[in-house]
Amino acid sequence: MSEAMKLFEVFIRSKRGLDHKHVGSLHAEDAAQALEYARDVYTRRSEGVSIWVVESSMITASQEDDCESFYDPLDDKPYRHATHYQLPEAVNNM
Amino acid sequence: MSEQHEQIFQNRIDAEEKIEPKDWMPEAYRRNLIRQISQHAHSEVIGMQPEGNWITRAPTLHRKAILLAKVQDEGGHGLYLYSAAETLGISREELIDALHEGRAKYASIFNYPAITWADIGAIGWLVDGAAIVNQVSLQRTSYGPYARGMVRICKEESFHQRQGYHIMMTLARGSADQKHMAQDALNRFWWPALMMFGPHDSESAHSAQSMKWKVKRQTNDELRQKFVDQSVAQAEEIGLTIPDPDLIWNEKRGHYDFGEIDWDEFAQVIAGNGPCNRQRLTHHRRAHEDGAWVREAMVSYQKKVQQRREAA
Ligand SMILES: [Fe+2]
Ligand SMILES: [Fe+2]
Repeated sequence: MSEAMKLFEVFIRSKRGLDHKHVGSLHAEDAAQALEYARDVYTRRSEGVSIWVVESSMITASQEDDCESFYDPLDDKPYRHATHYQLPEAVNNM
Repeated sequence: MSEQHEQIFQNRIDAEEKIEPKDWMPEAYRRNLIRQISQHAHSEVIGMQPEGNWITRAPTLHRKAILLAKVQDEGGHGLYLYSAAETLGISREELIDALHEGRAKYASIFNYPAITWADIGAIGWLVDGAAIVNQVSLQRTSYGPYARGMVRICKEESFHQRQGYHIMMTLARGSADQKHMAQDALNRFWWPALMMFGPHDSESAHSAQSMKWKVKRQTNDELRQKFVDQSVAQAEEIGLTIPDPDLIWNEKRGHYDFGEIDWDEFAQVIAGNGPCNRQRLTHHRRAHEDGAWVREAMVSYQKKVQQRREAA
C-alpha cells in the first residue's frame, strides 16, 4: 500500500428518504477516488442511490468502555418514556 | 433546461420519492420549505418559555423532573429543525435574525401565558397533542431531512402529551378547586389550540402549492378535524367540558361538528398583539445576547488550541 493512502469510512443511502448508513471502509488516495472505489466495492448490486465518504481520521467517536459515565446522566429518567404514564384504558392510545 | 428539471422534480414527488439536499429544486420550493421548517423550529424554541416558567414552581419534585425533561426535548427539536433548514443553504444566524426582526413567525399559541399549574397540563395535552397531529402527517413530507426529523421528533413527543393529560387527570380527580383549575385551563387553551392548525383551507395562502409539492400532506382543516375528534373522548374521560356549545357528533359526516374560531383574535396574535408576543421575543433576544460571551469564548479557546498545536 502506498504511503499516501488514507482510510475512508463509507456510508450508503439505500433509498431516497432514508438516512445514509455506515457500511464499511476502504483505502484511497483522496475523496474522489474513495467515492469510485466505494461504488465498485459496496454497490455492485445497486445497494444504494447515494454514497458518502469521510476520512476516518475526521471522525471523533465516544468509547464504549466509557459508557457508564458517559450516559450516566440519562439512565435514571424513566419519565422520558410514554409508558411511564398510566392512563385510563379508553384514552390509552394517546 | 429548468423546465425539464421541474418535470423531473415533480415526477419524483408524484412518485412519493423524497427530495434530498443536493437535488435540483425550484427556488419557490426551497423558500417555502425554509419558511415552514424555520417557523416550526422557532415554535419549538419559543415554546420552551411558557413551560420553562413553571419548572421552579412545579408542585412536586417528580413533576419538576418531568417538565425539565420535556422542555429539554423541545430545545432538541428546535435543533433538529434548524439543522434541516440549514441543508437548504441558509445559516443559523439568518434564521435567528429573521425571528428577532419579526420576519419569521412561530406558532401563535405560545403568545398565551401559562398562569396556573393546570396550564402546564393543558399545554401538554392540547398543544403537544395538536403538534403531534401535525407532525405525524409531516413524517410523509416530501423533503427528506424534514421528514426524517419529524420521525425522530414524533418518537420523542410520545411522552409530552401523556404527561400533560396525566396532570389534567390528576387535577380533575382532585378537590373541587383543582377540578375547577383544570377546567379553567381547558377553557383558555382550547380555542388557541384549534388556531394552531392555521386558517381555513379556503383562506390559506400557501396551502394549494404546499399540497402539490407534498410539503404538507393534509390540509389545515383536515388536521384540525382530526384533533377535535380525538380530544372529545379524552375530555369526557376525565369529566371536563370542551368550551364549545356547538360541538356535536355528526352521524352523517362521521366527525364532530364544532363552532367557529374567533379569527379576529387569531389575526391579532399573528400580527404581534397577543398577550405575550413582545415578552417572548424580548426574552429570546436577551437570552441570545446574554449567551454571546459563551460563543465568543468557545471560538477564542479553539483558536488557542489551534495555535498550541501549530507551535508544538
Ligand atoms: Fe416538540
Ligand atoms: Fe412536545
